[in-house]
Amino acid sequence: MKITELFERGEFVVSAEVGPPKGFHVEHLLEEAKTYLSGITAVNVTDNQSSVMRLGSLAMCKALKDKGLTPIYQLTCRDRNRIALQSDLLSAAMFGIENLLLLTGDHTKLGDHPQAKPVFDLDSVSLIHAVKKLEEGVDLGGNELIGEPPKFAKGAVVSPCSDSVDAQLAKMERKVMAGADYFQTQAVFEPEKFIKFMEKAKQFGKPVQVGIIIPKSAGMCKFMNNNVAGVHVPEEMIEELKKDKEKTKAGITGVEIAARIIKECKPYCQGVHIMALGWESKVPDLLKAAGI
Amino acid sequence: MLITQLKPRETIEALTEGKKVFIINCHGCKEVHFPVEEADELQKAWTAQGKVTGILTTDYICNQENMELRLRKHMEEIQAADVVLVFSCGVGVQTIAAYLEEKKVCAACDTCPLPGFQGVTPLEYKCDQCGECYLNLTGGICPITACSKSLVNGQCGGAKNGRCEVDSDMECGWERIYRRLAQIGRLDVLKCPTQVRNFATDDDV
Repeated sequence: MKITELFERGEFVVSAEVGPPKGFHVEHLLEEAKTYLSGITAVNVTDNQSSVMRLGSLAMCKALKDKGLTPIYQLTCRDRNRIALQSDLLSAAMFGIENLLLLTGDHTKLGDHPQAKPVFDLDSVSLIHAVKKLEEGVDLGGNELIGEPPKFAKGAVVSPCSDSVDAQLAKMERKVMAGADYFQTQAVFEPEKFIKFMEKAKQFGKPVQVGIIIPKSAGMCKFMNNNVAGVHVPEEMIEELKKDKEKTKAGITGVEIAARIIKECKPYCQGVHIMALGWESKVPDLLKAAGI
Repeated sequence: MLITQLKPRETIEALTEGKKVFIINCHGCKEVHFPVEEADELQKAWTAQGKVTGILTTDYICNQENMELRLRKHMEEIQAADVVLVFSCGVGVQTIAAYLEEKKVCAACDTCPLPGFQGVTPLEYKCDQCGECYLNLTGGICPITACSKSLVNGQCGGAKNGRCEVDSDMECGWERIYRRLAQIGRLDVLKCPTQVRNFATDDDV
């Protein structure tokens, strides 16, 4: 099922993220996804997230689909040229994977193989363009595909709390023009900034899922503030996490904060995307607390 | 060695249509092959049409002091122009664009590599000789060399406090491009069609 169909029906779409392991044993992850994520609309599978080599996103998508979940296949431009990317997209279509999230990808230098050649033959915008061409039955080289062309829900990302939000909006517009159908955002901890962003982004007429990270500790938030682009956790939230250490450790404080952010953002967007970062088990509690 | 070749005629026409143009030709270093005759023919036609406010033909415009000295004598002609069109390698265009920061500075040439000595160019501005000059879409700041990922369709989400995710000493190239385009009132060029790089270019030369 394409998640765009749900947006069209006016449903509030919930997705969460699963990161494949560095290894090929996925039984535990699949069980966890089935237990905690069956109630949500779709599950994103990251593509060598943070430039760290792991099991492939496409294989994990197929495994999740076989378990009855709806995968969103994340595809980045860091590791593959346009031939490999288009080939993998056709493979996804063959497996019946219909939802995509198309990204540029982190640079190789940030990951565990800094010596690797960064590819970036395409970028997020030209990758969306390539998918659109495939849907029209033609590849980027102008050659016709054989048989019925694939059809995907083409997702893209945007960073609403970035310090260069106008440049982000300009890029978002380019993605829309290239054919993006829906957006997921970088993690939001400042709902007021997100709401301001949405006032400008709504002109593009594309559904947006607000990105949510459940804050695990004050240390994690400080780390994100120093290192993660487009993410800023306000000082009051860090203080809140410091107040009752046991409550924070149990995940209760983090879930409360995340639920509050979702509630504030919900009237302004069309869905939520949860990056649980290992706390997949907290997702059902979070959705309950947020009233979804 | 490098080769500079004129961009397709329709591309150059689109940049200058209905506009007053100031022209800078760099007959620069020995390492650069410059399309003298084609450029001359084009410029003569424009002069006859009355769209040229002035022409400066010089060498080594990549040498900032030298370039500024020569440009100063033409400031009135430059002010009278809507576009400064530079016939040079990518380094030359970037040097001019940085100096005339409030002016629309465009590249008339694409720069391609040839094996051999690469010429003496200043380190502040880099040209990868990619064969498909993007400077007209980016306010004269090269996205191939100013962005760690050489992105041609806008910034990635990796910049933090304006710094590149790869190197915190490096400013995000696309934030610089966005600022420059805003400064010269050309944010509309960001709405250009999706750019797909052509890595075959140097084989075709």
